[in-house]
Amino acid sequence: MIEFTTWDILRNLLLAARWTVLLSLVSFIGGGLLGLALLFGRISPRRWLSKATGSYIELFQGTPLLMQMFLAFFGLGLFGVDVPARLAAGLALILWSAAFLTEIWRGCVESIARGQWEASASLGMGRLQQMRYVILPQALKIAIPPTVGFSVQVIKGTALTSIIGFVELSKAGTVVTNATFQPFTVYGFVALIYFALCWPLSKSSQILERKLNVAHRNH
Amino acid sequence: MSLIEITEVRKSFGANEVLKGINLDVEPGEVIAIIGKSGSGKSTLLRCINGLETISGGSISVAGAQLAEDEVHLKALRLKVGMIFQQFNLFPHLTAGGNVMLSQMVVKKVPKAQAEAMARRMLERVGLAHKFDAYPDELSGGQQQRVAIARALAMQPIALLCDEITSALDPELVSEVLAVVRELAAEGMTLLMVTHEMKFARDVCSRVVFMHQGRVHEIGPPEDVFANPQTPELRQFLGMTGHA
Ligand SMILES: Nc1ncnc2c1ncn2[C@@H]1O[C@H](COP(=O)(O)OP(=O)(O)OP(=O)(O)O)[C@@H](O)[C@H]1O
Ligand SMILES: [Mg+2]
Repeated sequence: MIEFTTWDILRNLLLAARWTVLLSLVSFIGGGLLGLALLFGRISPRRWLSKATGSYIELFQGTPLLMQMFLAFFGLGLFGVDVPARLAAGLALILWSAAFLTEIWRGCVESIARGQWEASASLGMGRLQQMRYVILPQALKIAIPPTVGFSVQVIKGTALTSIIGFVELSKAGTVVTNATFQPFTVYGFVALIYFALCWPLSKSSQILERKLNVAHRNH
Repeated sequence: MSLIEITEVRKSFGANEVLKGINLDVEPGEVIAIIGKSGSGKSTLLRCINGLETISGGSISVAGAQLAEDEVHLKALRLKVGMIFQQFNLFPHLTAGGNVMLSQMVVKKVPKAQAEAMARRMLERVGLAHKFDAYPDELSGGQQQRVAIARALAMQPIALLCDEITSALDPELVSEVLAVVRELAAEGMTLLMVTHEMKFARDVCSRVVFMHQGRVHEIGPPEDVFANPQTPELRQFLGMTGHA
């Protein structure tokens, strides 16, 4: 039997962690772009559009991420589309992140005083101009802490993709355990690596929140 | 043709009819004070004139531009009438100068240098040239309101709507804002202002509109309205405010 040193274990896990980071980035950025588009729909004065985006959000917030991944993975397979695990994983995570980010950002936009909309409207700005130059710059500052906080959820969410066979940090943990029979050591390292990824983010989210609360200045 | 023509305007919020057929024609250069009890529909009327509320009936036109719901017509109308709010509503993320420049650049596509020159002129006009780089939260209420006036003026409107623009101010700051308005009136700007400053209305306005329960209850030059009220409602209102 081959002997595994601690370094072997750690090295394999770190190599797999790259996929966790990459998948997280793709999901977060993709989800953010889609979320921004959905945000405009969600706060649109057109009833049907805001209803439609509202339903989308409820659907993705109201079902487990794991089910969404299964559906992306097996569901598309039913139509004869052969979906690689990483595509299904990325797709499900993007759609899921978008739903949550839209809802976070909608709250931030709605916290901007109505007078800001009215003043900019009375100066002749159209809706997109109001958003672009008046509302979003203010909402953005409020949105930063919860958005950074949500990125932690995305990283942890990527662990679920191991179930549909995408080899990231969690899946690598299982594989390495099967080879080494040292589950405690292996999963201990896995947990530490997740912590090293998530903790700085949640910490900075807290610090940002405190900073923005202390700073009464809005600029 | 009058500058602002308000004809049989009605406005309901649900079952609550707030404006019950308002008729009012405003000539260029007129300064109109709108007075009346809380809830009589004064703010609603001003908000209808620049399309912040959609009217339920009647029509409004400003210098020939008809009020309509689509964005193109609304924008055309809003370029003609500016609005000043009780709560100033400056953009907190921009400096005073930035506040005055933004809509010129975004709405009228004025080049930046030109917008800045205009902003400096307008801030100068309200006595705040030295506050160009100050953010709203570094300014007093009176200064913020004057920046808001400069911001509206920079769009070169032909009329200004003012909704209780001194009501949120500490008493000692009221006069600096009123002085600016007085000057605008003297320069011939058409003004429609909801106000509780009866003395100001008496001194500056060409006509006073007394609103009561969603109607224009009395209207006339300030001498007549204040000295010789025709209806018990107006007498009671003036008695209440101590200016009978
Ligand atoms: N957005 C709204 N939705 C429902 N009702 C409204 C709305 N805006 C105003 N109203 C109602 O319309 C009536 C007139 O309000 P308005 O603000 O025009 O009065 P006002 O004369 O300006 O009073 P004040 O002196 O207190 O400012 C009030 O009864 C008010 O409750
Ligand atoms: Mg009012």
